[in-house]
Amino acid sequence: MHSRTFILVTIVVAAAVFFVAQLVANNYLFFAGYTVLQFVVLATAWNILGGYCGYVNFGSAAFFAVGAYSSVFLHKAYPLPIPVLILVAGFVAGVIGLGMGYLTLRLRGSFFAIATLALAVVLQTLVTNWDFVGGSRGAYVIRPNSLDVFGHQIPYIEYLFLQMLILAAVAIATARTIERSRLGYGFATIRDDELAAEAAGVPTLRLKLIATTLSGALMGMAGAPFPYYLGFLQPQSAFALEYAVNSIAMPMIGGTSSWIGPLIGALLLGIVQQVATVTISSAVNVLIVGVLLVAFVIIAPNGIVGFVRNLMRRGRS
Amino acid sequence: MDFPIELLINAIIAGVLLGGFYIAVTVGVSISFGMLDIVNIAHPAFIILGSYIAYIMNSRLGVDPVLVGLLMLPVFYALGAAVYQVYYVSFEKRGQEALRGLAFFFGILFITEVGLILVFGVDYRYAEAPYIGPAIRFAFVDLPYRMLIPCVLSLLLLASLQVFLSRTYVGRAIKAVAQDQQALTLMAANPIAIKRIAFGISIATAALAGAFLVIIQPVEPSVGREYIGRVFAIYVLGGLGSLPGTVIGAMLLGVVESITATFYGPSWAPAVSFGFLLLTLAFRPAGILGR
Repeated sequence: MHSRTFILVTIVVAAAVFFVAQLVANNYLFFAGYTVLQFVVLATAWNILGGYCGYVNFGSAAFFAVGAYSSVFLHKAYPLPIPVLILVAGFVAGVIGLGMGYLTLRLRGSFFAIATLALAVVLQTLVTNWDFVGGSRGAYVIRPNSLDVFGHQIPYIEYLFLQMLILAAVAIATARTIERSRLGYGFATIRDDELAAEAAGVPTLRLKLIATTLSGALMGMAGAPFPYYLGFLQPQSAFALEYAVNSIAMPMIGGTSSWIGPLIGALLLGIVQQVATVTISSAVNVLIVGVLLVAFVIIAPNGIVGFVRNLMRRGRS
Repeated sequence: MDFPIELLINAIIAGVLLGGFYIAVTVGVSISFGMLDIVNIAHPAFIILGSYIAYIMNSRLGVDPVLVGLLMLPVFYALGAAVYQVYYVSFEKRGQEALRGLAFFFGILFITEVGLILVFGVDYRYAEAPYIGPAIRFAFVDLPYRMLIPCVLSLLLLASLQVFLSRTYVGRAIKAVAQDQQALTLMAANPIAIKRIAFGISIATAALAGAFLVIIQPVEPSVGREYIGRVFAIYVLGGLGSLPGTVIGAMLLGVVESITATFYGPSWAPAVSFGFLLLTLAFRPAGILGR
């Protein structure tokens, strides 16, 4: 499928999802759907660096929180509409991704992974000690109950849901476009054999920096509407390890080789977690994610996508 | 305001004692990451597990935490050997340790933390022993036993590991595996078996480090996360797996953290180690002793 056609299809699917959700018109659906879509964005963003380039980012929560806190900061300093906040958050998180990559990407891959873990704690300490954005006590972000669009009253949660839906569509379209472009092939050479790629003249450092910047920016964008979604933000909830684990587990479980893996993983795990939070408890559902992650990397290293592909290949022969 | 020199000296000495304890925390990673090239980011989770076992035995049966740590050495060794076997079969053999091996250890870290939260909750747990509380006092310098004992025992642990690695047959084989695995195969030694032993030892040190941790401070499941930064900051500062380097890195971090906590408040302390780690990675990736 041509990239342009794919983008069109994505837009049509996103619109269809929104209209079906409108028909059900249950507020809880929008609340739960927002979280699932947020994971779609995080998982897709993680996969641009992790799946395509083979560099593990443990600091997804940090980029997410940077987005969320840039919104809190602007909310206190100079309130702006959410789409603008998303762009600002994307810019800030992208710059942090670039800086982070510049400092560590010349080293072996595992150091980058450890450094991202470190980044999360440094940023959390900074935010906890920064009183303007609430410090350790947290910050309230008062949002209206509904939004006035051409005389229609739209519940605010539907507005947030729509933003996240658009963001998810953008993320998936970006990932898929990269996959089929020169950039994507460059990423693949880094993943398969960085030394050989470097020797063959692939500008590996520049490509890796593009990947960290893009991936970080998308994660930050996913975090931007988060304070408005919760109405209250504190460091523990923005930097929750849950985001880091989920954004690794979802692509790993779905399959890291293409855009569809993180999507499947995020939808599946996201929905399972929503159900488990309601029926069992939220502590158990994060445990489920951890166990699934370990089980999948051991048993099905190529995720659900790889597993299905294997079955199909076997069926043909 | 004149500079509180006594406070500074106390902070430095407390930092040295803390650094001694950090040796026990890091030495396992120096072996697994530095010698075996296994990026075990779950190491702090094993330490916290050790702390909780020491806490249970201490509160239920009244056993001394250090004794529990010693008794747990073989258990943790077996646990480590088992983890390595899974790691080898699932990742190392297939050549997938870079991406999936990291995710595997991250998953273990996470499962341990959430598992402990589910069983024990997020309350702080502490151990009781006669030496927790009293301190020796020289002039204006305080030497609390709860810091002194882990520090001395950590140094002993490091010394015995150093002797083991340089004097015994197995120890030398572990060092050889770190340098050239293929050459070892040609010498008719099995590198996998040796790596299994070495990884077992590295996890066994976590049992002792965990017991020390619960003596030094109250423990809750997510404390492990702070130690990820410390462990790897020390590991990188110390020059990636050299044991003497580990001592220097641990002492340095302990002192800087202690000074920061004394003069700027303990809420800044975690940022110190991570900041150190980032700066070292960026500017001196081979460590302070490195070329």
